[in-house]
Amino acid sequence: MPGRDSYRTVFPVQPRIRFHCVSKSFGSLSVIDDLSLDIAAGEFVSLLGPSGSGKTTILMILAGFEAPTSGEVLLDGRRIDHLPPYRRDMGVVFQDYALFPHMTVAENIAFPLKMRGIGRAEAAAKVARVLDMVQMGSMRDRRPSQLSGGQKQRVALARALVFEPSVVLMDEPLAALDKQLREQMQLDIRDLHRRLGLTVVFVTHDQSEALTMSDRIAVFNRGRVEQIGTPREIYDRPATRFVADFIGETNLVEGVVRDRDGGCAVVGLARGGSLSVAAANGLAAGQRVLVSIRPERIALGRERPAGPNTLRARIVDTVYQGDHLRVLLDDGAFGFVVRMDRRATEWPEGAEVVASVDPADCWVIPL
Amino acid sequence: MRRHLGALVLVGPLALFVALFFLWPLATVMTQAVADSTVGQALPATSGAAPDWDRQSPPPEELKAALVEDLRNLDNRQLFGDIVRRLNSVQPGFRTLMGRTMTAISRADGPVDLSSVDRRWDDPVYWRAIVGVLAPYTDRHLLAALDLERDGAGAIVPIPAGESANRTILLRTFWVAAVVTVACAVIGLPYAMLVASVGGWLRQILLAAILLPLWTSLLVRTAAWYILLQDRGLINDALRSVGLIDAPLPLLFNRAGVVIAMTHVLLPLMVLPIYSVLVAIPKNLMPAAASLGAPPLRAFLRILLPLSFRGLLSGSLLVFMTAIGYYITPALIGGPQDQMISSIIAFYATGSANWGMAAALGVLLLAATMVLYIVYGWLSTDRTARA
Repeated sequence: MPGRDSYRTVFPVQPRIRFHCVSKSFGSLSVIDDLSLDIAAGEFVSLLGPSGSGKTTILMILAGFEAPTSGEVLLDGRRIDHLPPYRRDMGVVFQDYALFPHMTVAENIAFPLKMRGIGRAEAAAKVARVLDMVQMGSMRDRRPSQLSGGQKQRVALARALVFEPSVVLMDEPLAALDKQLREQMQLDIRDLHRRLGLTVVFVTHDQSEALTMSDRIAVFNRGRVEQIGTPREIYDRPATRFVADFIGETNLVEGVVRDRDGGCAVVGLARGGSLSVAAANGLAAGQRVLVSIRPERIALGRERPAGPNTLRARIVDTVYQGDHLRVLLDDGAFGFVVRMDRRATEWPEGAEVVASVDPADCWVIPL
Repeated sequence: MRRHLGALVLVGPLALFVALFFLWPLATVMTQAVADSTVGQALPATSGAAPDWDRQSPPPEELKAALVEDLRNLDNRQLFGDIVRRLNSVQPGFRTLMGRTMTAISRADGPVDLSSVDRRWDDPVYWRAIVGVLAPYTDRHLLAALDLERDGAGAIVPIPAGESANRTILLRTFWVAAVVTVACAVIGLPYAMLVASVGGWLRQILLAAILLPLWTSLLVRTAAWYILLQDRGLINDALRSVGLIDAPLPLLFNRAGVVIAMTHVLLPLMVLPIYSVLVAIPKNLMPAAASLGAPPLRAFLRILLPLSFRGLLSGSLLVFMTAIGYYITPALIGGPQDQMISSIIAFYATGSANWGMAAALGVLLLAATMVLYIVYGWLSTDRTARA
C-alpha cells in the first residue's frame, strides 16, 4: 500500500499525526482495516470516500470518541489512543455544527478557553480576534438559533480554532450548505489553513471539495485506503479502478500489455484494437491492465492525425453543458465520453470523427 | 364560512363539557367563597328598604319600620344570635342595643318607635353597620382562611392565636410540597438522564418502570405504601434483618412516610418533562464539549444541566402544583400533624358543612397554583425569547 511504504521517505521529520496499523471493528464488522497514515504539521489532508467507507470512523478515533480495536495513534510522537477527547487538544468541527443553543456566539467560542482556565480579559481578546477572522464580529451576542447555516458554520470553525489546537478535525462541515456558500467556505477554510499554518484533517464525500482544498487526499473504500497523494496524483494517476472511478469522470478499458518499447507500451484491448500508453515502471508484457483516459484529454477531428491512438467513431450524442460540451462516441471508440471546449465545432449526431489521445494521457492501472 | 361552522360544531361537545363541568363549578366555588346571604335572607324587608337610604342623613322611618317588622318575624334564636354577633364585631354596643330592642318588640303588638327604645337608633353609625352586613358579599371567609378578620373599625387584624390553624396548615402544605418537589428532582433528574442516554429495550423498560405507577390507581399505590412502611412492613423488616437498625423506624403516620409516598406517586410528573427535553438535545453537544476540553462533569454542568433546566422547571412546577392539592396520601399515611390543606377543605365541606370556608380555602389554593403557573409561563417564555 503506498501510504504504508512511503511515509518514511515523505516524512524525514516526525509527523504531527501517525496512524500505525490501526484497525477498528464493531463486532464482526470491520470498519477500518490496518490503516497506516502520516500527516505532517501544517498539512491539509482530506479523507475522501463514499459513505460507510470508514473515513468518519478515522476522525472519531482521532478525536477520541472511538477507540481503535488495535494499532496506535500518535500525536507528535506521543501515543494518544488511550486519552479521553478532552485531553487531546484537537478542535473538532461537526457536521451539524454542535453549537450550544443556550449560549451566545461569544460564549460558545469562549467555552474552550474557559475550560482551559484562561482569564476573562485574555479570553475576550482571543474571541474578538477569531470572530474577526471568520467575519462574524457583529454577531457576537446572537444565539445560534438566530444564525443562518453559513454563519453557524463560521462560529463552529471559530470555536474549534480559538484555543489554537494542534490539529483541526472537520467532519463534512460543508455538507449542509448550498452550493454557492459551500464554494465560498471552501476557499475561506483553505485561506485560514494557509494563513495560520493549521494542520487539518477534513472528512468529505465530495471529490471536488477534496481536490479544491487538500494538500493530500486519502481515498477510502470499505475501510481501506485505496490511495494517498496530492490532488494532482490522485486525479492524473489513480492507483486503483475505484480511485479512477470515484475521482472525476473517466473512460476505462481493459486490456493486456502486449509489448514494451522504451517509454511506450502497447496494450491490446479486450474489445479489439490497441492503445499506445506511456509505460510506467514495472509494467511487464502479458500483464492485465486497465487504461484510464480522462474525457478532456481526448481530441476529436475530421482527419486522422499523425501519431498513435487514433480511433474512427461516430457521434452518438452531444450535450451542451454551459462551460463545456459532453460528446458520447459509439463503439468505434469504445463508447468513450469526450469533454470539449464549448467553442469547439459542434458535431451533428451520426457524424464520423477521428478521436485521438496522447499516449502520455493514457494512465495504466495494473489489475 | 361553512367549514368554520363545521369546526365549531365539532368542538361543541368539548365546549359544553368544559362549561358544565369546569367553568360552572369553578364559578360556583368562587362565589361561595365570598357570598354571604344569611343576614340578607333573615332580614328581607330591611334589605328592601336599605338602598333608599343615603347612609349619611338620619335613618328614615321606613327603614326603622322594616327592621322592626323583620325582627318580629325572626323566630330562629340561633340565627338572631349570629346576626347580633356579626353586628357587634363591626360596631360594639349592638349586643345591648339588640337585646333591649328585641324585648321592646316582643312586648308591643303594634309599631315600635326605635328612637324611644334607645337613643342610639338615631345614630347613622349603627344603621351603617346593619346595611353593611346586609351586603350579599363578604371577605370574611377569605380572611379567615388566612387566619385574619376585620375588627370594629374595619381594619384587617390577625385572629387571636390558638383559634385557627389555617395559616399553619397552609404553610405546612407548601413545605411538604416543596420537600416532595426537591426529592422528585433529586431522584428524577438522574433517572431521566439515564433513560435518555440508553437506547432500545433498556429505555423501554426504564420508561415503563416510571409509567407503570402512573397507570395504577392512586389509592392502590397509597395502600401499598401503607403496607410497606408499617413497623413490621417490608422496609423495617429488611433493615432489621441486615442489622442496620434495632427498633423499627417510625415511617407511618408521620412526615417521612408522607414525603416518601408522595415522592413515589409524583415522580413520573418530574421524569417525563425532563426526559422529553433531554431527548430533544442534539446528540453531538456532549462530544463537542469534550473535544473543546470539558471533562465529563464540567460538560454536564455547563451543557446538559442548563439545557435540561426547562424540563426540570416544568417538572418541578407540575409536581408542586399537584402536591399542594394532595388529599388521599397525607390522609392515609400521615399523622394529625401532617394533614394538608385539602383535608381541611374536606373537613369544612363534608364535616361541618361550612361551604364558605371550604370554598375560600379552595380559592386560596387555586390562587397559589395560578401564581405559580404565571411565574412558570414568564420564566419559560423569557428563556425562549433569549434562546
